[in-house]
Amino acid sequence: MLAHGGGGELTGRLIAEHFLPRLRNQWLEPLGDSAVLPWTSSALAFTTDSHVVQPLEFPGGDIGRLAVCGTVNDLAVAGAVPLALSLAVIMEEGLPLKVLDRIIDSIAAAAAEANVSIATGDTKVVERGRGDGMIINTAGVGSLRESLSLDKRRIIPGDAMVLTGLIAEHGLAVMSAREGLAFQTALRSDVAPLNGLIEQMAASGADIRFMRDPTRGGLAGLLADLCVDIRLSIEIEETAIPISRTARHTAELLGLDPVTVANEGKCVAVVAAEDAGKLLEACRAHPLGRQAAIIGRITDAAPPIVEMITDAGGRRVVQRPYGEELPRIC
Amino acid sequence: MSKTTPRQLVEQIADAVSRADRTIRLMEVCGTHTVALFRSGVKSLLPNALRLISGPGCPVCVTSQGYIDAACDLAGREDVTICTYGDMVRVPGRRGSLEHRRAEGADVLVVYSARDAVSHAAAHPDRKVVFLAVGFETTAPATAAAVLEAEAKGITNFFILSGHKLVIPAMQALLSAGDVPIDGFLCPGHVSVVIGANAYAPIVEQYGKPCVVAGFEPEQMLKGILHLVRQIGRGESRLENVYSAAVTNEGNVAARRCMEQVFVPADSIWRAMGTIPGSGLELREPFRPFDALVHFGLAIGPDYDPPGCRCGEVIQGKVEPDQCNLFARQCTPAAPVGPCMVSSEGTCAAWYKYGRIQAKSPSTQARSS
Repeated sequence: MLAHGGGGELTGRLIAEHFLPRLRNQWLEPLGDSAVLPWTSSALAFTTDSHVVQPLEFPGGDIGRLAVCGTVNDLAVAGAVPLALSLAVIMEEGLPLKVLDRIIDSIAAAAAEANVSIATGDTKVVERGRGDGMIINTAGVGSLRESLSLDKRRIIPGDAMVLTGLIAEHGLAVMSAREGLAFQTALRSDVAPLNGLIEQMAASGADIRFMRDPTRGGLAGLLADLCVDIRLSIEIEETAIPISRTARHTAELLGLDPVTVANEGKCVAVVAAEDAGKLLEACRAHPLGRQAAIIGRITDAAPPIVEMITDAGGRRVVQRPYGEELPRIC
Repeated sequence: MSKTTPRQLVEQIADAVSRADRTIRLMEVCGTHTVALFRSGVKSLLPNALRLISGPGCPVCVTSQGYIDAACDLAGREDVTICTYGDMVRVPGRRGSLEHRRAEGADVLVVYSARDAVSHAAAHPDRKVVFLAVGFETTAPATAAAVLEAEAKGITNFFILSGHKLVIPAMQALLSAGDVPIDGFLCPGHVSVVIGANAYAPIVEQYGKPCVVAGFEPEQMLKGILHLVRQIGRGESRLENVYSAAVTNEGNVAARRCMEQVFVPADSIWRAMGTIPGSGLELREPFRPFDALVHFGLAIGPDYDPPGCRCGEVIQGKVEPDQCNLFARQCTPAAPVGPCMVSSEGTCAAWYKYGRIQAKSPSTQARSS
């Protein structure tokens, strides 16, 4: 069990015994006030994200893996090669050390998978009842790939939209693990670092105009935001959207629209129509992109709107969800 | 055997509607149908002369304002944990919603079944756990099972605030009032699994309105609509069941028996429709100790509509959401005024989410990632 960490002896031991052995690398090791990194000549991408999730550990992942992947993916979809991350961990008094160790191990594993170092870090302990178990902030820097020229303003009607994998797995897995949920599912979170997949996508030579990873707000939130930004309509086909049978049925059971459920480890790319096949092939050659599909296209229909052509051949509007979707009654 | 595709069904419906040569008004009784019709795009495929009216079948929407206020009052008590289905937490009452109460420190827990609330009570004997028991015959048997479980395990800190409603009395009340023209009813598959297709016989016999039971898949809904339109075209009124794979004539006898063991039909207050005799469920005498109203000495206050809100008319099919002045202006899913905009099964929420409706006042929402 974690006791107070007031910056003294206990804090030192926490870092020396629990964090450093697992995350050790040449930049973190000196434990200086700042990490000193080699500078690259390309433009620098810089991002930060804070992570809270209940439960801290869920099927297929945990808050640590989520925190590493979230920042790595924000860098990767901006067209950057992630170089280093910072890690700030706020722990609640009483957090079992066993859980802490498992989460740090998971952070180390995810960082290794993404080929990125935790270059600097910080820990704080807050009183019991004031920290939700654990809160993690990660920031990251990366060097911009020169082979990509991502710019939403280059998106034109006719461009194709590629989604790299199954939707709704993460959100439903976390929901099923949350306290109070009686049903058990086989769903596992698919949280994963996307930089490897995106490297292959970039190497395909396809003219990618835009990438983003759909997370909270789901695919619907991403598309609705994009539609507002580019002032063009987006048309997607329900039959083309990759979704597992289990996820479809679980969402149905809960009365949730799968396109509004949170995702991790997925990427949406807008690509020049003539390059869509090439991009799809590159995605499918990577383990994280096997289920990739062309799910729709940009159109000039006015006013700008996101529409789905449904399984039944009908049409309906896709809107950004308004906060956490609530399971229905019957 | 070749299966009829949705496209073929749509063509057959268009053909049958044009033969009838008039506007046909069908009511989908249940909110699950309302949402499924939008979400599947079926609504966009139907001819203009076919009007689908949403009925009083969204559990949250029909719950009276007095009930919401009672739930909020209970949430304000130090010793009480409220367990509720997620849909209920945002419904605004006279003094804010359960969500507001939670922000002020009230213990409000979203559960997915009544039995989760019983487990919570067992695990927290120092708390008085009140389950907000709302919904139709789909959820009432589960509440009944939970009460029986609590009794069997001797759990004395579990209570229910019963807002359960029955479908058939509401349909009868609507037809008796007679101010909403309805040509036929699309009846919900899940409720019918419990009550059985035969339960609709009085609607057909007493009011001469065709009833067709259908599931929630696009083919099912289209088939149900086609059968209704054909009956209406021929001037018939019969009871049909296109969902016989799941719905029998008698329904789920075991589930009903469980419900009848624990509950007795009682008068119930519906939003805007007032008190409908025998349309609700209250605990039978031996189970009264589980009744939150009895234990806490409460009564459900009178019903009222928030100012300007027309949810009461929406749930009776009297107006469509965009006829309400608040719709998509002051009332949006992010800041709902009435329950029809809160519940995922609510007619206003379905119109807002899936219809071609632009927010009328610009709302700025930050992107989160």
